[in-house]
Formats: sequence, structure tokens, C-alpha cells
Amino acid sequence: MLGSRCSSVAAGVEAAVCAPSQSTAAERVRRAVVAAAPLLLFLAPTAAMAQGNAPKVDTGDTAWLLVSTALVMLMTPGLALFYGGMVRAKNVLNMLMQSFIALAVVTVLWIVCGYSLAFAKGSPILGGLQWLGLRGVGQEPNAFYGATIPHELFMAYQLMFAIITPALISGAIADRMRFGSYLLFVAIWSMVVYVPMAHMVWGEGGFLRDLGALDFAGGTVVHITSGVSALVLAVMLGKRKAGLAEDMRPHSLPLTLIGTGLLWFGWFGFNGGSAIGSNGLAASAFVVTHIAAAVAGAVWVAIEWIAYKRPTALGLATGAVAGLVAITPASGFVGPLAAVAIGAGVAVISFFAIRLKSVLKYDDALDVFGVHGVGGAWGALATGLFASKAINPLGADGLLAGGGFALMGKQLAGVGVAVAVAAVGTLLIGLLVKAVLGLRVTGDEEDAGLDLTQHGESGYAGASTGSESAAATAVHG
Amino acid sequence: MIKVEALIRPQKLDDVKAALIEMGIRGMTVSEVRGAGKQRGFTQHYRGAEYTVNLIQKIKLEVVVSDADARKVAQAIATTARTGEIGDGKIFMIPVGEVIRIRTGEEGDVALQ
Repeated sequence: MLGSRCSSVAAGVEAAVCAPSQSTAAERVRRAVVAAAPLLLFLAPTAAMAQGNAPKVDTGDTAWLLVSTALVMLMTPGLALFYGGMVRAKNVLNMLMQSFIALAVVTVLWIVCGYSLAFAKGSPILGGLQWLGLRGVGQEPNAFYGATIPHELFMAYQLMFAIITPALISGAIADRMRFGSYLLFVAIWSMVVYVPMAHMVWGEGGFLRDLGALDFAGGTVVHITSGVSALVLAVMLGKRKAGLAEDMRPHSLPLTLIGTGLLWFGWFGFNGGSAIGSNGLAASAFVVTHIAAAVAGAVWVAIEWIAYKRPTALGLATGAVAGLVAITPASGFVGPLAAVAIGAGVAVISFFAIRLKSVLKYDDALDVFGVHGVGGAWGALATGLFASKAINPLGADGLLAGGGFALMGKQLAGVGVAVAVAAVGTLLIGLLVKAVLGLRVTGDEEDAGLDLTQHGESGYAGASTGSESAAATAVHG
Repeated sequence: MIKVEALIRPQKLDDVKAALIEMGIRGMTVSEVRGAGKQRGFTQHYRGAEYTVNLIQKIKLEVVVSDADARKVAQAIATTARTGEIGDGKIFMIPVGEVIRIRTGEEGDVALQ
């Protein structure tokens, strides 16, 4: 299948791909894979330009990226449900809003300046200003990022990643952050942490890209940054007020499971779409994504079954998401058996990582650091172990594929930069927002619930959602 | 007049209600409540965090009857709600000062008919 297609990328790279009779099957496969320029190709601009052929929109590639963009968009509502089910009923709308508002706000920032600063050619750390307001980002493909899809589509696809990343942080600060402060934090964080990280890892001239650190779909850019930022912000906010212990339980795990399903579904676009083409590499990323989620979910449940005598629904959901997180950076570079190892590994690692909060006494409410931060770091390092040029010739061989420690060193550098940018950036933004607006709601507002006090709504009409008297005080007093 | 207030297992409500209706008692108020007693709760794990639940779901059934019927009603509830295990609940008998039927203004035992 790989060699039989004559896509316009392939046409740009090597005319021989379109004349199968001239080359061996293996050679055709190799060329087609090379042609399937993934997001992170670290090679010079695609050969299309080098050969003087203008990039041309390919209908198959464009169709898959349109679908992938929509799939990744759906992950943010999925995340909203995943988180929303885990909080108390009085905070469910606030939890959902923290994800949904990112769809609105980050979109505006992205088209105004975010996309340009992340992806336009600029310095090794930050992109340029030439695409401000999406000037010049139109229906014509951009040869560097995707020679066969409209540049505008690549922009929209990347936008969906920029939206879900800050929304991931909201799980850690559940139940206690002022909505306006959260909004200001997300707006600044998107521009100060996400945009430079995206440029360094994926942008033309970005220094981690040029270094050769591999991150297929966002292990560092999305998961390590959000996970580490979540930890820092949770510590800055302090712990939730403890109520009656049994009332702290998740109020609706069915919502969480629906959210898990939507995340899992959307992740096929997140990773499969990162091939920036409808091709063999997309299929490979799709398959390993599913495998890692399945294995991590199963292993997590098995550990719980042994440790707590019960296989829990929340455990399956958590494990599956952790598996999806971990495979993200590796998804375009590893095969099915590596995906099994990555999924099983993250289940064990994150299972113990989320116990840290009870030992170290910080309140990462919904375990964003344990799942995304630690799981993302494992995924990035696992890429250094399992990556294989047999899967993606534009990648590199990891430690277990005979590539030695070279790739592992680069992966460590990528993890280190992501941790540092996220931690320092979040600390500074957190201090700024605290000085301007304050971070936390009052104790009374927290008792009454954030739905009522931040949004003037209730998630469930008629349900008891907190102390009525406290609510009255908060609203009228 | 006596208010018979019974805290019973949720799964016994159907039987108790049927027994009361059979005795000719048609008026009752039922609420879902949580409470603690001798019955031990249970422990749940959410992502490894342990939650001990010792306020257990019960049903509170309230029936106001004449002094003459009170004992009989309490017996009927006790018999039908009993499993013999800890956690079957309790019955409180509380004297009621006055009863008024809102629709007609009738008072006393007549208002209970």
C-alpha cells in the first residue's frame, strides 16, 4: 500500500515512486515513508522545494488532516468530562468551563499571534512575526510543515494542540481557583510557555528540533509542560479545603468514562494526524496509540486488583489516558511491541507517581502531574529507548534499536528544557496573576462551590450542591 | 397521635410499604437519608486514595397514626424490615401535639383518616 500511492509529496521527493516498475518493493516503501514527512522531521525543508516542484494539495492527506483536526478538537470536551466527573457536584460546571473556555480564548490568541510565534521562522527559541493575524497562511501548502495540505489546515491542527494543553492543567487546580485568574493564567501561559516550547520542538529553526530530540505528537510540548505547570500551580494555590471525606469522592464516574472514550478516540487524530499525511506512518502511529492505551489500562487495573482487591473503572480510565500520554512522543517512531512496553511501563510508573502527593502533601487534585508530567517524561525517554528507523527513517535509532545513547541524551535534553520552561514560566505567571487578581476563591466560596460562586449556575438543578447559607453569603454578602 | 419514624434498609421499603397499605395506612413520607449506627461502613479506593464511608444510605419512613394504631404499625414495620443482621435500623415513636389537614382544616384523628 505504501509504495503503490503516488501522492504529491511522493511526487515531489522522487519521481520514481510513481513508476513502481523501476524500483524494488522495499525501495518503494522506503521512499514512500520518507515522503510521508511527519511533523518532526528535522530534515531540511521537504524535498519538494529542493526539486523545484511547487507543493501541491493532496486530497487524501488533506482529508485525513481535516478529520484529525476535528478529532483533536473533540478531545478538549472529552477532557472536560474526564475531569468533570472526578470533582464534586458543586464544582462540575467550573471544571468543564476551564476546558471549554480554552477553546474560545486560545483560538483568538493563536490566530492573532500564537501561531506565528510558534511556527514562523525566527530564533531558535521563538518564532517570528511574519504570520501575525494569519497573514500569508492560506490554502497553499507550506513546504516545510506539510507540502500536501493547506497551510491553514496545519495551523488549525496545531491550534487544537494549543487549546488542550493549558486545559490539561485545570485538573490540578480543581475546586479552588478564581475563574478570572485561571483565564488570565491560561492566556499568558499559552504565549509564554506553550508557544516557545512548540517552536523549540517543532518550529522551523527550533533548537530542540535541530538538536534531533524526537517528539512526534507532543510528549514534551503538551504533556510535560502541562504536567509540570500543574504541579507548580497546585502548590502555589494550596490544598483544597477538606470536607467530609466521603463527599470528596468523584461525583460521576460515568462522565469520566465518557470523557476517557472521547479522549481515546480523539487521540487517533492527535498521534495519527501528526504524520501530516494519510499514509503508512499515520496508520503505524494510530495502531501503537491504541495498543499503548489498551495495555496501560489493563495493567493499571491489574495492579489495583492486586493492591486494593478491586478492579476500578477510574483505574481503567486513568491507565488508558496514561498510556495515551506515554505513547504520544513515541507514536511515530516505534512499533507495536514497543507500544506494549511503553503502555505497561507508564501504568506502573504513573500508578506510583500519583501516590507521591499523599507523601509530599501537595494537592494535585486530579493527578495531572502524575499522569501527564511523569507519563510524558516516561514517553519521551521511552522514545530514546525504542525509536527505530525501521518504523520511521526520519527518526533515529534508540538505545534498544542499536543507536546507542545519542538519542537518549537528546531526549533527556528535551525533557529538561520542557521541565525548566514550564516550572519557571508557571511560577512567574502564577506570581503575576496572584498580584493582579489573586489566585484563590474565598473559603466561603469554596464551600458553596465554584459553579454557584464563579458562574452563577448549578450543574444539576435540584441537587444539593453545597451549603445554602454559605452560597447566600457568597452571592449576596 | 404518634409519629412512627422508622430508619430502614432501602431494599426493605417495598415490603414495608406493602405491609402498611395492607393495614389501611395510606399516608406516609419517605426520604433518602444517610446515617451511622452499629453497622460498619466500607472503604473505597479512588486512584489509590482511601475513602471510608461510614454514613450509610438508609430510608426514613414517617407515619403519623392514632395512639391506638401506633404499636401495631411499629410492629408491622419491624417485622417486615428485619433481616436479623446489624444495620436493620431503628423505630422512634414520637408524640404529636396536633394534626391539621390543610385542605379542609380538619384536626385530630379525623385529619389522619
